[in-house]
Amino acid sequence: MSLYETLRHAADSYGLAVIVALYLTLCLWHFRPGAKPHVEEAKHSIFKDQTDGE
Amino acid sequence: METVVKRLGVWALVLIASVAAIALTPDAGFAVHMGIVALVAGLLIVATATSYDPLARAQSIFKMPPGPSRYDDDVIRWGVIATMFWGLAGLLAGVFIAAQLAFPQLNFEPYLNFGRVRPLHTSAVIFAFGGNALLATSFYVVQRTCRTTLAFPGMARFVFWGYQLFIVLAATGYLLGISQGKEYAEPEWYVDLWLTVVWLCYLAVFVGTLLRRHEPHIYVANWFYLAFIVTIAMLHVVNNLAMPVSLLGGKSYSAFAGVQDALTQWWYGHNAVGFFLTAGFLAMMYYFVPKQAGRPVYSYRLSIIHFWSLIFLYIWAGPHHLHYTALPDWAQTLGMVFSVMLWMPSWGGMINGLMTLNGAWDKVRTDPIIRMMVLALAFYGMSTFEGPMLSIKAVNSLSHYTDWTIGHVHSGALGWNGMITFACVYYLVPRLWQKERLYSLRMINWHFWLATLGIVFYASSMWVAGITQGLMWREYGSDGYLVNSFVDTVAALHPMYILRAVGGLMYLSGAIIMAYNIGMTIAGKSRVEAPMGDTAHDEAADRPLPLPAAAQPAE
Repeated sequence: MSLYETLRHAADSYGLAVIVALYLTLCLWHFRPGAKPHVEEAKHSIFKDQTDGE
Repeated sequence: METVVKRLGVWALVLIASVAAIALTPDAGFAVHMGIVALVAGLLIVATATSYDPLARAQSIFKMPPGPSRYDDDVIRWGVIATMFWGLAGLLAGVFIAAQLAFPQLNFEPYLNFGRVRPLHTSAVIFAFGGNALLATSFYVVQRTCRTTLAFPGMARFVFWGYQLFIVLAATGYLLGISQGKEYAEPEWYVDLWLTVVWLCYLAVFVGTLLRRHEPHIYVANWFYLAFIVTIAMLHVVNNLAMPVSLLGGKSYSAFAGVQDALTQWWYGHNAVGFFLTAGFLAMMYYFVPKQAGRPVYSYRLSIIHFWSLIFLYIWAGPHHLHYTALPDWAQTLGMVFSVMLWMPSWGGMINGLMTLNGAWDKVRTDPIIRMMVLALAFYGMSTFEGPMLSIKAVNSLSHYTDWTIGHVHSGALGWNGMITFACVYYLVPRLWQKERLYSLRMINWHFWLATLGIVFYASSMWVAGITQGLMWREYGSDGYLVNSFVDTVAALHPMYILRAVGGLMYLSGAIIMAYNIGMTIAGKSRVEAPMGDTAHDEAADRPLPLPAAAQPAE
């Protein structure tokens, strides 16, 4: 097999699986049990400086 | 003293090198560019040697508050002024080339013909207007959300001024005819190298500031900014891999050839849209919309899904620019499928931004800045629906190479990027110049309606023009020959081209009103005007009714 074919097969199989798994992990990470308070805190963090520091 | 001498030495070397380059190059355009570099070096020598501080002088012209503020806002103020200036320049160039298409007599050869002014327009609005808005807002947001000042303040100033030099070299280069002919990547090799240096410094300042944050969590807007900075660095370097003909000339040849070059170019081109004009501006949306509305973003988790989906999907969508070309069919289909998939996260992000106003929808009526943000999000939604639709091969066979594409681009650029940038500048100026309020809220209203109507004129005329063009090009007669010649289609589109120029002119006039408003705010004036969204109140009627006169018994 040529280098192109080797790379192509890797991308079509294991590469694709790894990327999909990575994508799902990153998206679902903030839905893990116990994440809710962290998410809430991050969501409101921009309002800690109501005066914008001026 | 020693550092002054050292600095003088460095500038003198730059000056000598650029003068030598002017003397040795056979290329007139390259000589002009080296002249600009020599001029900058000369100015720096004068400024360093005479302790004349041109920057301090300019700061007093623009009434920037003296002394250190709590955050490092100086470079952000410059960024806001540059955004406004380049925005006007870019829009003016756009109106000019729109008029050239309707009235070809306006092609002034050779410096101001359509082929040279068009890249000037695209680069001025995308990289100069959009880029300065991204620089300014990213430095603003990263400091506020990390509760720290900028890392490497000197380098941050270099990033700003170095970026302006890049813009000047790129813009003058187009008019002089220096171009490597890659859309949205026209600057030649030496300007590309300079931008690479500036951009890596930008990355260093941004990441350095993130690293010295005092907040445990990095707010999602910074994720978008970081993705934008990192991806643009990668795209810029790969797409501009080229071999210069000579070190003393402005001509180079791409490292790729044929269809590989085309694919690299559109991998770059589409991700410039995806990461420069989408990720970066979404970062603005995720900070400034909640701030202006006074409410947190609707769903923080949705914003994270939005982020990762854009990152994982966008990078594959480029091949949809090469439908029905020499690009392998599977690659075209891949580009189309990923473009269609992008629709969902884009609408997730739009809904997330709009729903942030849940419970505060009355602000659309009373707060013209919020109204601009809502319109920007609506256009983000509209163009991220239109884009996937146009990427479907069957639709693309009609729309490709027609003005429909131009209409699509402008509904995104004028509607989404323009409006969200205007809203952010209106938000920033009173805060950065420590003013009570903007000069006039009612003028924002004027700006809003002029811009909105301008976009409607622009987009609808280009839809009609594009579909007319597409249908005329593909029309066969019963004898099997094409019915229309190319010039027939040009004649048919003339009214649409005039309407498009009118739309552009309206959008430009809105921006001129904005520039006046911003200028007056900086000058410290505030316009006497009726407040917006006042509820009616009749002072005279606001009292208890007098007791009814008691009936008198008849005598």
